[in-house]
Amino acid sequence: MEEQFVHFEEQLIAAGLVNPGDALMAFLDEDISWSRPSPDQEFATRLFEGLNINSLIVSKAAEPYQSIIDYLAETADGSILPQDCETRTFLHDLPVALAFLPEQVIPLLKQRKSVIVPGKGLITYGTISLEQSFVTFSSVCFAVFVKFFSDYLAAYKKGVIPADFQDVFQRVIRFLPPPPQFEGTLAQGPFTHEEQVLMAMDEAGKMTIRHRLVDSFFGNISCRLGDVLYISQTGSSLDHLAGCIDPCAMDGSSCAAMTASSELSAHMEIIRKTGHRAILHGHPRFSVILSMDCDVDACAKGDSCYLTCSYKREVSGIPIVPGEVGTGPYGLCNTVPSAIKGKDGVIVYGHGLFTTAPQDFNLAFSRLMTIENTCREAYFRRIGRSDPSLSE
Amino acid sequence: MNGWCGNILIVDLDTKRWAMDHPDPEIYRTYIGGRGLAGFYLKDHITRNYDDPAMPLLFFTGPLVNTSSPTSGRMAVMSRSPLTGTVGDSSVGGSLGTNLKKAGLDGLVIRGKSTDLCGIEISEDGVRITDARHLKGKGAGETFSLLPAKASAAVIGPAAENGVLFSSIIVDGHFAAGRNGIGLVMAAKNLKYISVKGKGRTPVHDPEKLLKAREEIYRLVSASPALSGSFGISKFGTGALYDLMDARRMMPTDNFRKTRFEHAPSMNAAAYKKAYAPKSKGCRGCHIQCKKVAKDGRGIPEFETMSHFSALLSNTDMDCVMEANRICNDMGMDTISAAATLSCYGEIQNKTLEPHEILGLLTDIGQGRDEGALLGRGSARYAKDMGKPEASISVKSQELSAYDPRGALGMALSFALSTRGACHLRAYPISHEILRKPVATDRFSFLGKARIIKISEDANAMADSLTACKFIFFAATLEEYAKVYEAVTGHGISGQDLLKIGDAVCKNERDMNRANGFTHKDDDLPERFFKEPGSSEQSLSIKPIDREAFLKARGAYYKIRGE
Repeated sequence: MEEQFVHFEEQLIAAGLVNPGDALMAFLDEDISWSRPSPDQEFATRLFEGLNINSLIVSKAAEPYQSIIDYLAETADGSILPQDCETRTFLHDLPVALAFLPEQVIPLLKQRKSVIVPGKGLITYGTISLEQSFVTFSSVCFAVFVKFFSDYLAAYKKGVIPADFQDVFQRVIRFLPPPPQFEGTLAQGPFTHEEQVLMAMDEAGKMTIRHRLVDSFFGNISCRLGDVLYISQTGSSLDHLAGCIDPCAMDGSSCAAMTASSELSAHMEIIRKTGHRAILHGHPRFSVILSMDCDVDACAKGDSCYLTCSYKREVSGIPIVPGEVGTGPYGLCNTVPSAIKGKDGVIVYGHGLFTTAPQDFNLAFSRLMTIENTCREAYFRRIGRSDPSLSE
Repeated sequence: MNGWCGNILIVDLDTKRWAMDHPDPEIYRTYIGGRGLAGFYLKDHITRNYDDPAMPLLFFTGPLVNTSSPTSGRMAVMSRSPLTGTVGDSSVGGSLGTNLKKAGLDGLVIRGKSTDLCGIEISEDGVRITDARHLKGKGAGETFSLLPAKASAAVIGPAAENGVLFSSIIVDGHFAAGRNGIGLVMAAKNLKYISVKGKGRTPVHDPEKLLKAREEIYRLVSASPALSGSFGISKFGTGALYDLMDARRMMPTDNFRKTRFEHAPSMNAAAYKKAYAPKSKGCRGCHIQCKKVAKDGRGIPEFETMSHFSALLSNTDMDCVMEANRICNDMGMDTISAAATLSCYGEIQNKTLEPHEILGLLTDIGQGRDEGALLGRGSARYAKDMGKPEASISVKSQELSAYDPRGALGMALSFALSTRGACHLRAYPISHEILRKPVATDRFSFLGKARIIKISEDANAMADSLTACKFIFFAATLEEYAKVYEAVTGHGISGQDLLKIGDAVCKNERDMNRANGFTHKDDDLPERFFKEPGSSEQSLSIKPIDREAFLKARGAYYKIRGE
């Protein structure tokens, strides 16, 4: 178990979600294993006793997340309600406990996968593995980040920003890392062998993570070679793709790619529509935040614009389309492929960004990063200020 | 009450009378329905023989059935298994459960034994016990055609009438309560069929909340590659798993002597789709529609059937698999046990069965004639009689389904610990060991598996009690279903609370098995898996299961289960 504790702690730290030494991780099979000694062990033991679960992460979040969590928790009415796709699909809402006490936390964890305790951080659990706790921890951080910046933008536009919100915002933006930059070159196509494709995907996946263009280390990536589309498996981490890429027969002669990403249908259709061979999909934050910033008042769609939208929306020439994860009637597989042809990428409302390239991942990756940086600039322009990480 | 009808129909075939039981609401909240509530009605009788007229045969629905709750058109059938001697049950789809609820019933308890072959017809007008002597020996297909129109029905075929220990009950033509020989309990009561026709509605506490909870589940289903993806079971049926099992080197081949079937690419779900252009069907109220039916009306085999009637028997004739499936369904036999018994026969006789031999032996089993009469007792009894018990790949006398446990150690543990003999569905670790949901686990490690299996058993017991399809739990969790339950019944509950009830359902079943003399010694796998490797390839080694590690994990399970 020690190996898993080290792995997930490294992942949390690398993503800037926790500070070294802050996360307490625990895993229960016959007995409880702990990632480290901690005064919170007694608390966590009580959670294991009160819940039918097998793993836990209890940790303060790193900045800027902890400040965001504390602010949103204090201003929420018992539960934080982010509007991003990840929350809508998997988390539903983010309950807040009044105190770091088992009797306060257990009833909330019975209902949802995470609990926020102001000043203390986050508690997440799994029933299958520690990875579930990690994924939820990461997804909550993503969701609160998107909500916080979206709320601030909305408040700015209304011209009413509470003083405490302003103070926290000032503090939070100081913690933003500089926009990602990349001057190098990734593996160059056209690829002729499977090994080249797998190596190129592995490299591009790692770069996407290193530049923090996804949340939970997830997202998906694909590359076509002949009549086979190589695509990352569902739930795979883009920086650990070895053994997690499915070769998918494009003629439909095998179902062996049943474990492929939930966006396989979208990838296949994009390949067919664009003729391109490389696709990257990440969840860069400012692209997601701006996708939800709409100036239409009293829209007839109400708050269902993640499903359908009557308007042609874009940010700096990049189309914004509605669409849910996967293949349902409102699935993004129905909206992204037709919108991406002739464009540098497509942003899916509240979800993330797709980019493509004709041969290899150089252009797809640079587009992913450039669009995110453009959205970040646009965000700060919309709130009438410059990105502090650039001005300092 | 909302969700439940408050009525359990008790039919006594000795006296040809019926009565209504009205359980206390607390009983409903404690056992929920389906498998849980059926277990409550079974436990006082579990030490009876399956053919004791006083042994009840139970058909139970859950509170979500006949509402717009996702995938809730299922029901549980339970009694004591003739094949294993354990608690015996099967979850079955179609629309029988929905019609029971429409007729105002949560469950049906059948006691006694009719002097002659009979049927039970249930409608809102009452209950009729009919003379069914004219249906004696008839196949399921013909029997359905002679039953009242527009009713949902459950029937047995000749196999049950001829004493086959793995007889099934066929519902609405294409759906089987397949495992455990539950059809033989029906035959022991001289009961050929049950038909149910209802029109009523099941009251829902908060329809708006149900709509919202349903949307959340639909969203998760759409996001699930295994369910809704380009190669998921919605498009290809459960046979979609076929290629994956072969690719992972865990396709039981040649009576579990190999784990790779070289002909798999030409025998897969895509090949069936191309050859038979099937249409989608499904259980009442399910939008996944995993059932596939060919133009000629024959059902496309489910994954287990597709795999066992090809790879396990080293059979490369696809139409033979279609025909074997049709014969099993018409005779009323469990396809898994039937195919695995034939593969055991093949190993003992040291021969690879030709397609005509497979179909001939299946017919002989169903008719109870010649060698078929011996094989109809299942592989464990046959192999023991032949002096080669090791050729039966079974747990508690029930044959393993189409996942080789050397390729997924959680599956190994789950097969061994299942309360109804070898069963892939009790914990279904394939979800995380192969399909990567909700997250992937290391399939070659026992690390954490004891508790994972325990929690998954509890969750699946709850799915069978609500009653919902276990496939939807590739995508949703009890967290979402708790919201559905609350909207339907009006009783606030959490996913964790439902898991706790699932734990009680499992404990009840383990208690029942103990009452019949089952011990930890019976929770074991065939020796073959600990001694022989599977079919490895250069980068993937399929080793024998480490027995010491297996026993350690099993011991951990007992501790976690509180035994």
